[in-house]
Amino acid sequence: MPQYTLQVNGQSRQVDADADTPLLWVLRDELHLVGTKYGCGIAQCGACTIHVDGSPMRSCSFPVSRVGDKKITTIEGLSADASHPLQQAWREHDVPQCGYCQAGQIMTAAALLADTPRPSDEDIASAMHGNICRCGSYPKIKQAIKAAAKK
Amino acid sequence: MTSNRREFIKLSALAGGGAIFGFQVLVSCKTDSSSKMIEAALPDPDQWFDLSAYVKIGDTGLVTIMSPNPEIGQNVKTSMPMIIAEELDVAWKDVVVEQAGLDTDNFTRQVAGGSQSIRFGWKSLREAGAKIKHMLMQAAAKRWDADIASLQVSDGIITNSAGETLSYGELAAEAVDMEVPETVDLKDPKDYKIIGQGKTNVDMEGIITGQPLFGLDFARDGMVYAAMKRPDAFGMSLKDYDDSATRAVNGVIDVVKIGDKIAVIGKNTWAVIKGKKALQATYVKSASLESSDDLSKKMQEALDQLSDEPKRNDGDVVARMDEADQVFERSYEAPFLPHNTLEPMNFFADVTDDKVELIGPIQTPQWQRSNVAEALGREESEISIMMTRQGGGFGRRLYGNFVVEAAEISNAIRKPTKLIWTREDDMTFGPFRPSSAYKFKAALKDGKITGYHLTGAGVKMRNACREGFFPAGCLADLRIDSHSIDSNIPTGAWRAPVTNFLAYAEQAFFDELAAELGKDPVDLRLELLASAQKGLVGEVEYDTDKMIRMIEVAREKSDWDNRGDKHLGFSAYFCHNTYVAEVAEVELTEDGPRVKKVDCVVDCGLVINPKGAINQIEGGIIDGIGHAMYGDYAFEAGKGSMNNFNQYRLIRMMEVPEINIHFIESHDDPTGLGEPTLPPAGGAVANALHSATGKRLYRQPFVKELEVLG
Repeated sequence: MPQYTLQVNGQSRQVDADADTPLLWVLRDELHLVGTKYGCGIAQCGACTIHVDGSPMRSCSFPVSRVGDKKITTIEGLSADASHPLQQAWREHDVPQCGYCQAGQIMTAAALLADTPRPSDEDIASAMHGNICRCGSYPKIKQAIKAAAKK
Repeated sequence: MTSNRREFIKLSALAGGGAIFGFQVLVSCKTDSSSKMIEAALPDPDQWFDLSAYVKIGDTGLVTIMSPNPEIGQNVKTSMPMIIAEELDVAWKDVVVEQAGLDTDNFTRQVAGGSQSIRFGWKSLREAGAKIKHMLMQAAAKRWDADIASLQVSDGIITNSAGETLSYGELAAEAVDMEVPETVDLKDPKDYKIIGQGKTNVDMEGIITGQPLFGLDFARDGMVYAAMKRPDAFGMSLKDYDDSATRAVNGVIDVVKIGDKIAVIGKNTWAVIKGKKALQATYVKSASLESSDDLSKKMQEALDQLSDEPKRNDGDVVARMDEADQVFERSYEAPFLPHNTLEPMNFFADVTDDKVELIGPIQTPQWQRSNVAEALGREESEISIMMTRQGGGFGRRLYGNFVVEAAEISNAIRKPTKLIWTREDDMTFGPFRPSSAYKFKAALKDGKITGYHLTGAGVKMRNACREGFFPAGCLADLRIDSHSIDSNIPTGAWRAPVTNFLAYAEQAFFDELAAELGKDPVDLRLELLASAQKGLVGEVEYDTDKMIRMIEVAREKSDWDNRGDKHLGFSAYFCHNTYVAEVAEVELTEDGPRVKKVDCVVDCGLVINPKGAINQIEGGIIDGIGHAMYGDYAFEAGKGSMNNFNQYRLIRMMEVPEINIHFIESHDDPTGLGEPTLPPAGGAVANALHSATGKRLYRQPFVKELEVLG
C-alpha cells in the first residue's frame, strides 16, 4: 500500500492508503479527524468541505494521491481555540440544528470570507449553493456569515 | 409515603455512558453568548454524587444533567435539561449536559418522534428537578437544624434566615441520603429564570470544532467496517453471488451472507465501499415488482370508494351531495419521498457471548432493543443501546433495520463492527414517505357549504386522514374515509406523518373553494370556526378559540387585508398539538415565480427555549417549502428512481425566503415544534403561486407541475 505524507492543519502526517482513497476517508478513518463529514460521496452536498491551499474542496472526491504537499485545513484546524469569526458568529446565532453539515458550511464560508471579506447577499447565496442543510438552518447560516464579515 | 433515593432511582450503568465516547463531554453550556464572553462556570469537581438518574452534582457545585431523549436536531438535548435546571434552581452556566443511553428503568418514552418530547416530559422533568432541590434543602436544614421552610434557594446556593449560605456542591454528599419527596411544589412561571430564555445548543462547541459527536464519528480500537449489498429492487431476492473481486480489494477482510444481503467487512470505509461495488450478485423475482404509476391508479380508484368503516361520519354527507346545487371536487397526489438525513444510516455493534453493545443514531432505542433481541435470539437484559447525536431524523431513524443489520454482522463475525450505508443505500432502501392521494368534495347549496367529504388513500397508511382536525366539528354533515393500498415498498413516518401532504391538499382546496364561493379564504375559515364555536359537531382535537386567534393574528401580521397586488397565500393548520398559520408571498422574477417571504404565527403554549424554537420553526417551513417545490421520487419495477443528490433536489440557500415568526403569548403547557410548521408551508406556497400565476397545483413537486402547465 502506498504511503503519503500529508500536511494537515499545520502538521506533517504519514498515512498508508490506496491511491484512489478519497481524502475524506483518510482524514476520518486514518487520521481520526471526523469533523469532515460524509454526505453523498459525489461532491453534491458540501458536508466534506475542507481547504486545500486555502481553497474550498470536496474531500469526498479528492483522491489522496493528488494531495501532494498542498496544505490541508479541516474544521479541526480552522482556528486554534474555536475563535475564528465564523465560529464565534455560529455561537452567537445558534446556527446548528442537527449540526451534521455545519463543519462543511463553516469551511465553505471561511473560504468565501478569505476571498471576499465583505460579501453581498448574492455572493453568500452563490458561494453556499453547494452546501446542503437538510434541517434548513440557512437563514441562520446567512446571518452568521454576515455577522462574521463585519468583524 | 416517601422512599429512599436508592429505591427511587437505580442509576444504570448506561446513564453515565457519555464517557464511552472517549471525548470530552464537559463542553456544553459554558458558551451562552460569545466565546470572548464565556461566563466562568464552576471548576471541575473531584467527586460526583448521583442524586438521580437525571442529576449528578459535583463537590464544586457543577451539575450534570442527563438528557434522556434522542437528539436529532430538534434540540431536546438543550431544552429538556433546561426544564430540569429551572426547577433544580441552578445557574445554567454551571450545568453540563450528557446524553443518557437507553434506560427503561429510569426514563420513560426515550423516543424522538411526533413532536412529543417536551409535551410528555414537561411534568416529569420539572418534578425531577424540584425533587433534587428539595433533597438538597433537606440536607441544608439538617446541617443548620433549621426549618426547611425558612430556607431560600437561588442559583445553587441555599441561604438560611441568618444569612448563612451553603452551596449545592457542599451539600451533595449529604443530599444523597435524604428522603425523596413524593410530591413537590413547582415554580410559578413568573419566577422562571431559564425557561423562556434563549439558550445556545449545548453541543455547539463540538459541532463548530468538528468533535466526534455523531454516530458515523464513533470508533473503537479493533473495530472493523461493514457495508451491505441488498437486493436491487423491492420484490427481488438473492440468487447467487461471486465475491472474488471483492476479496481482492485491498483492505477487505471478509464477505458474509446474511439472508438476502451480503456484508462486506473491511479495515476502513473506503475498502468496504469499493468491495461492495465489486460484488457480483444476481437476483430473482420473488414478489411483485411495483411502480408508482400502478400504485397511483389504485389510489385514484380507491378515492371513489366509500369505506365500510369511515373515520368520521357526521350527518349524512351522501344525501347532502345528492341535493346540492353543485358538488365542488378536487384531488391531490403526492410522490414517495426518501428522508435524506444528511448523516446516512450507520450503527456500531459489538456482539459477544456476554453482551450486545449498540451505539449510534436511533430515534427509537427501546424498540430496537427488542428487534435486536429477536433477531439474535438474545435477552433484552444483555443488550445496551447508547444514542449518539444524530445527523437528522425526520422519521427515518424511527426504523432500525440498520441497527439490526449491524448487530447481525457483528454477531456473524464476532468483532466490534461499524456498519455504514452509503448515500445510494440511504436513498434507495427506505422506508419512504408513502405516496398518497386525496379527494375533497364540498356540497354547495344556496352559496353555503352543506356537506364536506374527504377521502384519502395512501400506500400502507393505516390512516391517511386526520378525522379530529379542522374543519371537522364545523359542519353537521362531514365524512372522512381512508384507504390503505398494499405494497411491498416499505413506507413509514416522515416528518409530520400524513399531514406533511394532507395539510397542503386541504389548504389548497380551501383556497379554491373560497374562490368558488366568492369569499375571502380567511373569512371562509373564520365562518366555519364561528359555527363550531356556537355548536361543535362531535369531538375534535383542536381548540376553536385558539384556531381563530391564530388565524386572526396571521391575518394582521401578514397585512392580508391590504395585500393589494402582492401575491399572498394563506394557510392555517393544527397538528402535533400546535397551531401554526403561514402566509407566503410569491414574486414573479425573470427566472419564474419565487417564494419571497413567509409570515408565520405559532401557538405552542409556553416557549421553553426561544432560540431553539425559532430554529425548529424556520427549519420546518424551509423543509415544507423545499419538498413541496422539489421533492420527487418514484418506483419502476420495484426500484427507486434516484440515488443521490445529483438527481434528488433539496432546497438550497438561494431558494429560501425571508421568514418572520410571531409567537402567540401563552402560559399553557408547552407543545412540540419539530413538525407542526412543516405541514402548512406547502399550502401557503401553492395558494401564493396561484395568485402569482393563475395556476392551481394538484400534485407535488410544484416545479414539475409548473413545467407541465407551462
